[in-house]
Amino acid sequence: MLTRLYALASPPRFYRLADLWSRWLLWCGIALLLPGLWFSLLDSPPDYQQGESVRIMYVHVPAAWLSMFGYVCMATMAGIGLIFRSKAASAVAHSCAPAGAAFTFLALVTGSLWGKPMWGTWWIWDARLTSELVLLFLYFGYLGLKAAIEDREAAARATAVLALVGVVNIPIIHYSVEWWNTLHQGPTVTKLDKPSIHLSMLLPLLLMSFSYMALFGAMVLRRARGEILLRERNSGWVRELAMGEKA
Amino acid sequence: MNRARRDRLILVGLIVTGVAVAVGLMLFALGQNVNLFYSPTQVARGEAPVGHTFRLGGMVVEGSVVRDPNSLKVQFALTDGAHEVVVQREGILPDLFREGQGIVAQGQLDGGGQFIAAEVLAKHDENYMPPEVEHAMETAKQLGLTKGK
Amino acid sequence: MSQFFAMGGYALYVWSAYALAFVVVVWQLVAPWRCERRILRRIARAQQRRGRDESGTP
Repeated sequence: MLTRLYALASPPRFYRLADLWSRWLLWCGIALLLPGLWFSLLDSPPDYQQGESVRIMYVHVPAAWLSMFGYVCMATMAGIGLIFRSKAASAVAHSCAPAGAAFTFLALVTGSLWGKPMWGTWWIWDARLTSELVLLFLYFGYLGLKAAIEDREAAARATAVLALVGVVNIPIIHYSVEWWNTLHQGPTVTKLDKPSIHLSMLLPLLLMSFSYMALFGAMVLRRARGEILLRERNSGWVRELAMGEKA
Repeated sequence: MNRARRDRLILVGLIVTGVAVAVGLMLFALGQNVNLFYSPTQVARGEAPVGHTFRLGGMVVEGSVVRDPNSLKVQFALTDGAHEVVVQREGILPDLFREGQGIVAQGQLDGGGQFIAAEVLAKHDENYMPPEVEHAMETAKQLGLTKGK
Repeated sequence: MSQFFAMGGYALYVWSAYALAFVVVVWQLVAPWRCERRILRRIARAQQRRGRDESGTP
């Protein structure tokens, strides 16, 4: 098992497999997105309280989940990269950051677009919104630190420590609505009780979530290929690849 | 696992637990200050600041909403089940404002213990369902078929 | 049809949320492709330069 993992982590092998997987995930994501959009925009009921504005949920909630999922992925891969000095792992960790930041931004802005008509405000400094904003700044900090350190090895180490430190924010985001009183409502799908969302609304929510997740995987693996090339630019296989590209 | 890797694994573990403990203590120390609003019970106990702006959260009491027909003035009571506070508001209310709805109002207490709100925000709950289902549940509740919500 | 686009009066909020989601997702899917191409071209150029330098100084 471990030797198989080591073989996978070999940069040329990972580079080739990442291409295959990211294409596969891209098509999976699109295949889920189409029915997801169909159900979320056309074939799902309005909410008894929020009317049609509830449809914002189908792009907002998956983005918020992915913002946290992406961070956990990034921190895990950064940790593996730190412990095993694995280039492939730290390339994947670096690749999680832009996509994760994009989903965090999306969650914040779509949340704002939902909050204005429903709550009556674009923004409020409650525990949930503030901790999600902190997550965006953690991603920015990670990307900034990565850009600021010239030496790739040192950058991988420094950003890995930042990613691991920031992981503490993830449970804070999740439990913020339970630990403190907030304007943001409590969890619907992940509470231990049975989800208090009607099946006709849960279906588009799950379709969109799995679609986002597959697309996130496609984004990360595609970007990881670039990261691998940068790290391995002086090795033979990359030179050959580059020559083929030019010709 | 070789020695260097094990040491690095321990280091990673220490970083994560160390930061978790530090942040946990910090949040514990912040305690109440992270809360967005005071409850009517806290107001009744005198924990809410008098003469300062603060937020008050609770449910709009059924039948307590009185609208002035000539202006945008509205009066309603907020409850947390134990205590009630009367809120005065002049201005627009969010779409979700209705009796039984969770509300967060920002404003000040006047001398008579009434809350003069400068801003009213609606807090929606975590339940999502189509109107027909809600209607069916309400009917069932009225017929005594199910208990509570 | 117009009822569908009106979104019960929330058209502005709903459609801008979906439009933004679309833009962000497509951007994040396209950017890594372009980034990878760019890196490959840069490596190829660097190699050609090196090749010229080596052959230019016999």
